[in-house]
Amino acid sequence: MRLSRTSRSLLGVVTGIILAVIYLPLLVVFINSFSTSQSLVWPPPGFTLEWWNKAFHNQGALAAIATSVQVAVIATAIALILGTLISIALQRYRFFGRDAVSLLVILPIALPGIVTGIALNNAFRTILDLRLGIMTVVVAHATFCIVTVFNNVIARLRRMGTSLEEASADLGAGIWTTFRLITFPQLRSALFAGGLLAFALSFDEIIVTTFTAGSGVTTLPIWILDNLFRPNQAPVVNVIAVVLVAVSIIPIYIAQRIAGAEQLQK
Amino acid sequence: MTRDAPAPPTDRAAVSSPRATAPRQLSVFLSKRPRLRLSLLLAAPLFWLGLVYVAALAALLITALWTVDSFTGQISQSWTLDNIITVVTGSLYQVVTVRTIGVALLVTLIDILVALPIAFFMAKVASTRMQRVLVIAVLMPLWASYLVKAYAWRSVLSQGGIVEWIAKPFGLESPGYGLPATIITLAYLWLPYVILPIYAGLERVPDSLLEASSDLGAKTWRTLGSIVLPMLWPAIIAGSIFSFSLSMGDYITVNIVGGASQLLGNLVYSNVGAANNLPLAAAIALIPIAIMFVYLAVVRRTGALDNL
Repeated sequence: MRLSRTSRSLLGVVTGIILAVIYLPLLVVFINSFSTSQSLVWPPPGFTLEWWNKAFHNQGALAAIATSVQVAVIATAIALILGTLISIALQRYRFFGRDAVSLLVILPIALPGIVTGIALNNAFRTILDLRLGIMTVVVAHATFCIVTVFNNVIARLRRMGTSLEEASADLGAGIWTTFRLITFPQLRSALFAGGLLAFALSFDEIIVTTFTAGSGVTTLPIWILDNLFRPNQAPVVNVIAVVLVAVSIIPIYIAQRIAGAEQLQK
Repeated sequence: MTRDAPAPPTDRAAVSSPRATAPRQLSVFLSKRPRLRLSLLLAAPLFWLGLVYVAALAALLITALWTVDSFTGQISQSWTLDNIITVVTGSLYQVVTVRTIGVALLVTLIDILVALPIAFFMAKVASTRMQRVLVIAVLMPLWASYLVKAYAWRSVLSQGGIVEWIAKPFGLESPGYGLPATIITLAYLWLPYVILPIYAGLERVPDSLLEASSDLGAKTWRTLGSIVLPMLWPAIIAGSIFSFSLSMGDYITVNIVGGASQLLGNLVYSNVGAANNLPLAAAIALIPIAIMFVYLAVVRRTGALDNL
């Protein structure tokens, strides 16, 4: 199929329009973060840096970001370990119940968040008799983050094949040496990409979090939900969103560079 | 052979065998026992998913068969099908279920239709550098909080918002708050989750196949229909699982932009919270669970679950 010049540029225009629609609300958020109006009327009546100043001195928001990072880091670490184990098992072995296991990994993300939320809430409180706190959030987040790591790693394992690992074993390397020198280096960028998505998923999760966080635990989405409808805080929330989007460029860019560098090697 | 060449090893013992350290011995032990290796790999993840998730889901299903004592507000563990019957026969639940499925399907359809051209441009038209920029551009909005984006749509669609500001000169109006606003906002929120698998799926369609198709005389549309779409189908379904299930369970976006309309998530939420009726909430939650299981069972045949 050779696309004509017209259809190529038509596709380009459509892509441009879609991106414009994707970024329109974000642009509104950005502009409103400088607006002098607290109720975010359009067009903004005037511009101020007040909210940016307030956001960087807002103890509640900063503490919530710290909590969210903590939860996301631990949940991502758990998901990386469990996701890698399960993808190696499913990709390298054939066994009874394999399909059931792969369905089980997908289930926490395929079932609506509110189902996962009330199921875990009910289990933590009534069955396990736990107090809801930061660890219950971590457990819940890790559960639905496994799938992002799983998907990235299993796709990579499928593409890798087993010939290099077999060659390593033929040359006398044991299981650990083969994993350390052959398997892991090839998985690294898949783990980074999967971990990044897991982190993003956990960092922005609100529904499951609402049901599994104790009263003292305020992650960033919970803080935002508490403050979004308060007139004095809405512009501060906008500032935080803008900063998050800006900061997110760094890890996404790194992931892209790693993936790009690997493509060049091939 | 020259005289300088090193003598080949004549004795096999010249290659020293690895020392029998504990990890080495374990490695030898494991390499002979694939089943044991498999069990060790699966033990931790299955323990986690089984204990945390399956047990919790099962407990929720059981709770649906209990009732709440209307006097004390405590859950009484007497078995009854009342909640299930209420949910299946109640007209409120039927109407909301149909509405929720409709919203989820529309959101999914919109997302697929929007994702196809942009993913195609990214995978097959854009240069490598452009491709990298576009992937970043699609991924970045995922980091702006879900709530902030939903709230941004609230302000975009509000009276005196930017949509009205743009549409007014054309004699058009903003849709305001309600189901259309909910559909737009949900479609917006889940779009990156649909673009990414479709883009990855298109990346796997080799350019050589497309060229072969055109060499054999197929026009663009024929190639798209006979080559690209069949190969892409699992990726499309994989994307649709995200947008469909995320829409099925949402209750926050509806609260922010939906006006007075309710989805299944709202019914579950209000029964857990204000009404303090977990058994009824669990019974309502069975509806999306059942729908998702049917959906997954249907799409499993396409191989979509390997493309998430």
